Amino acid sequence: MQYVAKSVPAIGDTDFSSEVKEASGTNIDRCYQCLTCSLDCPVAFAMDYLPHQVVRLVQVGLKQEALTSATIWVCANCEACATRCPNDVAIPRVMDTLRAMALRERVVEKGKDIVVFHHTFLENIRRWGRQYELSLLLQIKLRTRDFFSDLRLGLRMLRQGKLKLRPPRLKDVAGVRAIFRRIDQSLAEGERT
Amino acid sequence: MKYAYYPGCSLETTAEEYGRSVRAVCAHLGIELWELPDWSCCGASSGHSTNRRLAQALAGRNLALAERVGLDIAVACPACYLRLRSTRKEVKDNSQNREELVRLIDMPYEAKYDTRHLLDIICNDVGLEELKKRVVRPLEALQLVSYYGCYLVRPPEVVGFDDPENPQSMDRLLAALGAEVRDWSGKVSCCGGSLALSRKEVAGRLVAEISEMARQAGAQAMVTACPLCHSNLEIRQADGKQNKLPVFYFTELIGLAMGLDGAESWLKKHLISPFSLLASHDL
Repeated sequence: MQYVAKSVPAIGDTDFSSEVKEASGTNIDRCYQCLTCSLDCPVAFAMDYLPHQVVRLVQVGLKQEALTSATIWVCANCEACATRCPNDVAIPRVMDTLRAMALRERVVEKGKDIVVFHHTFLENIRRWGRQYELSLLLQIKLRTRDFFSDLRLGLRMLRQGKLKLRPPRLKDVAGVRAIFRRIDQSLAEGERT
Repeated sequence: MKYAYYPGCSLETTAEEYGRSVRAVCAHLGIELWELPDWSCCGASSGHSTNRRLAQALAGRNLALAERVGLDIAVACPACYLRLRSTRKEVKDNSQNREELVRLIDMPYEAKYDTRHLLDIICNDVGLEELKKRVVRPLEALQLVSYYGCYLVRPPEVVGFDDPENPQSMDRLLAALGAEVRDWSGKVSCCGGSLALSRKEVAGRLVAEISEMARQAGAQAMVTACPLCHSNLEIRQADGKQNKLPVFYFTELIGLAMGLDGAESWLKKHLISPFSLLASHDL
């Protein structure tokens, strides 16, 4: 394995490093690049940067590289890295923060399919208050133009009653929608400032 | 033992058999589940993956509903379990989070009540001795591995009623039902459930590894407490060429061992039929 330098000077945007630390509530300065996170990561094989490298990108302020990496979308939030990190660096919170920033800056190219999933998932909650799986699956198929995969599986799940035709019913769906509206407002205000 | 029961979306649809077996088993064991009226989705995992405040508010609405009635919450889905517990912790640790949450949900919330997973309640409150007494059809010679996945045990400062690396509760529970529980190294591996719809090939590879580890440990089936793991393990095993290992919910096996009505109807909903395995063990 390649030698990993333990000290690297900030070469990029130090405001970015501070913002990630603040928003994630995680002190990434403690990371000494032991690679435990990357060795334990079950989805490392599908990443471009490994988790410890993303931490390093943030430490040195390489904002573009961090926000446009495939890694932040592939991360499955399994919490293995956070559990095993000897320095209590909560990498999943860092990933959450980087995803939110990438969405805000609209640089999600390498995670487009995953962003489609998240948005569709949340739109369904906004509309129905609970998840409506059949609608979720059909909308994802439409949006990703993937019409044929798992079709037989879907039909079987319908037959077995694992997918419901009828949407969930909530009395106070307005209360759930109001939460989303207030979040929208906060985001809009954040963008103005 | 009375809890505000938060079923979560999956237990009414893709994991209906889990939902039904949870209710039957709890009724049998004297755990009163009072369904939280008008509960809404906890937002896992798209909520926290995109917006922390939204994640807190979606979980927080349900926490606030339970606080109104003054009950601890019982959940069966580990993803809901983690979201509800994380939100309560974030609010308790930071008053600014609390104020922001209260504003977003427009309901009072003081983080007074706990959220417990049913595996925790059954193992630690009901107790395995009590469980053993009620077994009428021991799961003799059924070789199983317990698959805990991620959120029952991680992150331990938020969840953690069991060891994060080598949890034992489900192993002991299955042994109490008479099964032969195999030790293995896949207990807390991630199945990639959160990528099951967006990166199928990634989830497929993880499921293939986990089921292979289970086979190598000599298991005839895997046992889970998570609706997302269950769907993912069933669906993505189906893509593979290997013999498929049936996947049980721990509550289904409790129901089976206690001779509860309806056990057969739960198992009929599985995509990988466990009936020939069970028949070969006279169950």
